[in-house]
Amino acid sequence: MSIQYVLRRLGIFFLIIWVASTLNFIIPRLAPGDPIGAILGQMQTQGATVANSAEIIATFRERFGLDDPLYIQYGKYLWSLARFDLGYSIAFFPAKVTDIVGNALPYTIGLLTVTTLITFSMGIFAGALLVWHATPRLAKIVITFFMMLAPIPYYLLAIIFVSVLAFSLGIFPYSGIVSVGRLPSQGFDLSYILDVLYHSTLPALSIIIAGVGGWILGMRGMMVTVLGEDYLTLAEAKGLRERRIFFAYAMRNAMLPQFTGLAISLGYVVSGATIVELIFSYPGMGYRLFQAISTNDFPVIQGITFFLVVSIAVAILVIDLIYPKLDPRITYNRR
Amino acid sequence: MTIASVPGTLPQELPDQAQPQLWTNVRYWLGNWKLTIGLIMIVGLTSFSIIGSLIVDFDRTKVASADFNLRPSAEYPLGTDNVGRDIWALMIHGIHPSLKVGLIAGVIGTLLGVILGIVGGYYGGWLDTVISTTADIFLTIPSLLILIVLASYIRTTTIEFTALVIAIFAWAGPTRLMRAQTLSLRERAFIPLAKLSGQNDFEIAIKQILPNLLPYVMAGFVGAVSGAILSLVGIQVLGLGPLFTPNLGMILQAAYLGAAIFRGMWWWWIPPTATLMVIFIGLFLISIALDELANPRLRERAK
Repeated sequence: MSIQYVLRRLGIFFLIIWVASTLNFIIPRLAPGDPIGAILGQMQTQGATVANSAEIIATFRERFGLDDPLYIQYGKYLWSLARFDLGYSIAFFPAKVTDIVGNALPYTIGLLTVTTLITFSMGIFAGALLVWHATPRLAKIVITFFMMLAPIPYYLLAIIFVSVLAFSLGIFPYSGIVSVGRLPSQGFDLSYILDVLYHSTLPALSIIIAGVGGWILGMRGMMVTVLGEDYLTLAEAKGLRERRIFFAYAMRNAMLPQFTGLAISLGYVVSGATIVELIFSYPGMGYRLFQAISTNDFPVIQGITFFLVVSIAVAILVIDLIYPKLDPRITYNRR
Repeated sequence: MTIASVPGTLPQELPDQAQPQLWTNVRYWLGNWKLTIGLIMIVGLTSFSIIGSLIVDFDRTKVASADFNLRPSAEYPLGTDNVGRDIWALMIHGIHPSLKVGLIAGVIGTLLGVILGIVGGYYGGWLDTVISTTADIFLTIPSLLILIVLASYIRTTTIEFTALVIAIFAWAGPTRLMRAQTLSLRERAFIPLAKLSGQNDFEIAIKQILPNLLPYVMAGFVGAVSGAILSLVGIQVLGLGPLFTPNLGMILQAAYLGAAIFRGMWWWWIPPTATLMVIFIGLFLISIALDELANPRLRERAK
């Protein structure tokens, strides 16, 4: 892998994080009024009497450097992000934003990694089967049905699952990550892990079923193109076995462009999963985000956004670095 | 390409056939069942909501205009919610504002996408690098999260303002699509031909490239509308949307906060959920139909 390619990918990695962080920097400053005053005002409306708030505002402005010119504030902001220093939560004051995020991140990353892998592999396999001539008719009907679910947002499916599978039938729990009152300190063993898996099933299922259609659709399009290629006719003429033509010739070539799609779709998946977590009270980033929004906890809102963007950028970097290994035709200076 | 005429290339072969050809095209397009069903779903919902708004009294969408938590009855076809709003009236007055957000953000996103996509794809060079890299980055950043940050600082109050906010992210998808198509169109024989016949770059972009992009412009538009409605409802479920105009996301959020599912109030959460599904499936059918019409290879398979 050439150095140039790696450097270019690293460049994209930092660009994604930089653009998102910069948006995060600009947006609060577009809001009318000053942020500290707004936060104190919210604390007051929530019942806390803040004595001599004018003094506090002045102190805070100095402490956070809000009297500095904008470019110095911006420099300081980027420097603190680079050190993962995101300050303190307002709602849970002594708690650091990084600790709150750190507690929630593993749940979200776990849920997203597992569901994305399952959705992706199921989607491309089903999509390839959909246009393959030897697929049984019944299978094609089932696959088409799942393909038609593609436009349905994750959260709508999650609502339906909560209603039918959790509430009406009671097969699955409808909230939380473990049974009520259970703590990891009481024994982190197999039964604890099974409990976590049991509670994660419905959120995962919503993401998988709502997501698989998009991959089927994309793979179907690519497969149609590949099936028209001359080397498939040649493979048939050589008398290769059907199975081999399907996997090694058609599917292998059609699935390659899907990896680029995977990188692009991650942002969408994360957005969708955020709300699924909320609906299932799954204690990941999305649920914390909702809590932070309801308590106007701006540092936590920004911290969660920042860490999710970093996670996505890392995933994209990994996909981009693996991609040339999978597809030797791609020159290393792919744009 | 289905919109067959390639303007400027073979003028002598297309004398005055424009009219019958248009008709053939319309008939041919409506012959695609996905397009027809999709259009019926979207147009039907829109007209149902707009006409209904003229008939059903808006006051019934106000808090405490009825008793709380009523089951569906003749007086209230879809019952009432936990603050005494008539859900039937909320639905009728709430569908078209949601579609309006999609429309505003979709139009802005598509217009920007067409301009940036053609400029990037046709001129190439550093300008194209900047445009396509920026579009790719905006696609990968989870737009919902940035919209959440934005909406939590600037609590949006009007439907129109929310639409503008959503449009910040609506341009990236269409730009990518238009750029890719422009890149391939640029290599076609009729572009040098148009150049030889004395058209300048601007004329080529408007008269040669744009007409050939039309199916993709429509597909991009439908995608942008659907994405905008998705973002809108997403923001609203988190409690950050416009709360004063009735709309689908607001009803859904109220049902979520009011624990409608666990209280067995199906008449409260099913209508917005089902309507949103009809909207998304309708838009999806239209967009895959446009895809098939623009891409003959897919069309053959889809029969």
